[in-house]
Amino acid sequence: MEFQKLIYLDHNATTPTDKRVVDAMLPYFTERFGNAASRNHSFGWVAEEGVDYAREQVAKLLNADEREIIFTSGATESNNLAIKGVADMYKSKGNHIITATTEHKAVLDTCKALEKQGVEVTYLEVQRDGRIDLAQLEAAIRPSTILISIMFANNETGVIQDMRAIGDICEKHGILFMSDATQAVGKIPVDVEALGIHLLSFTAHKMYGPKGVGVLYVRRKNPRVKVTAQMDGGGHERGMRSGTLNVPAIVGLGKAAEIARLEMQDEMARLQKLRDKMEADLMQLEEVVLNGNKEHRMPHVTNLSFKHVEGEGLMMTFNQKVAVSSGSACTSASLEPSYVLKALGLGDDLAHSSLRLSLGRFTTEQEVADAVEAIKNGVNHMRSLSPIWEMYKEGVDLSKINWEAH
Amino acid sequence: MAYSEKVLDHFNNPRNVGTLNKDNKNVGTGLVGAPECGDVMRLQIEVDEETGVIREAKFKTFGCGSAIASSSLATEWLKGKTLDQAQGIDNMDIVEELALPPVKIHCSVLAEDAIKAAIKDYKTKNGLATE
Repeated sequence: MEFQKLIYLDHNATTPTDKRVVDAMLPYFTERFGNAASRNHSFGWVAEEGVDYAREQVAKLLNADEREIIFTSGATESNNLAIKGVADMYKSKGNHIITATTEHKAVLDTCKALEKQGVEVTYLEVQRDGRIDLAQLEAAIRPSTILISIMFANNETGVIQDMRAIGDICEKHGILFMSDATQAVGKIPVDVEALGIHLLSFTAHKMYGPKGVGVLYVRRKNPRVKVTAQMDGGGHERGMRSGTLNVPAIVGLGKAAEIARLEMQDEMARLQKLRDKMEADLMQLEEVVLNGNKEHRMPHVTNLSFKHVEGEGLMMTFNQKVAVSSGSACTSASLEPSYVLKALGLGDDLAHSSLRLSLGRFTTEQEVADAVEAIKNGVNHMRSLSPIWEMYKEGVDLSKINWEAH
Repeated sequence: MAYSEKVLDHFNNPRNVGTLNKDNKNVGTGLVGAPECGDVMRLQIEVDEETGVIREAKFKTFGCGSAIASSSLATEWLKGKTLDQAQGIDNMDIVEELALPPVKIHCSVLAEDAIKAAIKDYKTKNGLATE
């Protein structure tokens, strides 16, 4: 397989590291290898300077203070630290958390782990367009609610929640507002001050930085938020996250944040235009459904269901040319289709028929055109093999058939 | 997860795709699975009424690569077999032939079910005893 020629349209899974990021990182593996916690020689100072600069860049990207940036190993750790750390730190105030059913597993499974320890969790259903109902959110608040955790943008659909409105509700009720912003940071403006966010998590590798490094933003004033550390050790990162700092990766994250801040506006506009063209071209096929809110979503993502075609089979028709992902069950070991798409109220059949296409910084117009052609050919081919497409074409009402589930 | 050579071969060059007239007396149709489960297989056999031998087999499948390969392989195996021989096709034969991983065994089960359903449909239509 000529790997280099594969068109990569799966940027919500991970992004390539920007070469400018790699260049910034390299000296920190060799001549600037010091431990950022070494206070008494220049090896340590040089490493610390690198980390400080990165912290400043990350803070600028979020409109935060440098002292509010905690470096972690990635978004999963950040989500764990935020949610478990708040549940423990504020247990005298209450034991109730509100989140949503479409959150990432790093949030959902953290909440489930807390439930076993007696924490109560409300999982809000989402509306058909993937957004939560704000009235329902407010109605779920109890006197014991200490945290509302709602993701900024969904990884499967790209749907963006109304963060400002959720921030207002949290402020009104004096509840901490946490957001898993893994899909949003570096791609669209994320301003923790303007949105009233108290804790926010993300990872570098979704924004053209390296894997294995992430951030938890923890607000320092109005209110001053604290989380209980989840690992014991040297008390790094203001006591919230022990462990020698991964200096090269942090420097890379800083560079990625700097590039994102400077280039975001142009990149958003370019990708949105490309995405809209791609989506319109694919929707020229019959029986294609767009999943999630069309207006409030990430500019580089589309999630489409091609009716009567199964997603994994479809991907197999073009996986020598284009890499995408599907909500089909067959792509997971569990044989269950995407819980996110199901939460939108899509039938399992539509979830099985879905593709997620996510563009990125290095995606070209030509690549999108080639991918559209490959996907269209794949859909037409798979429909020629599909008994339910044939039945649909003959006017059979598929919902009236007594399917023999196995 | 990489696909086996044989799955890829059947997927890229599916054998016997198509539709037989389900209203013909000598055609048996098996439609198994469900769209909600992510796979639906339709397998059809045309039987020589004199000899009881399957002379034509066609399929259409909504499903993953392994489901398509399983049904394609099934049609190849069905042609030239008597109904009794066809009845004896076991899903594990398909698993072995296609080197299906454990997570895809249900595709072979579905193919076996489709074969049995097609035979049953033919027998019912022709007033033959079904098991």
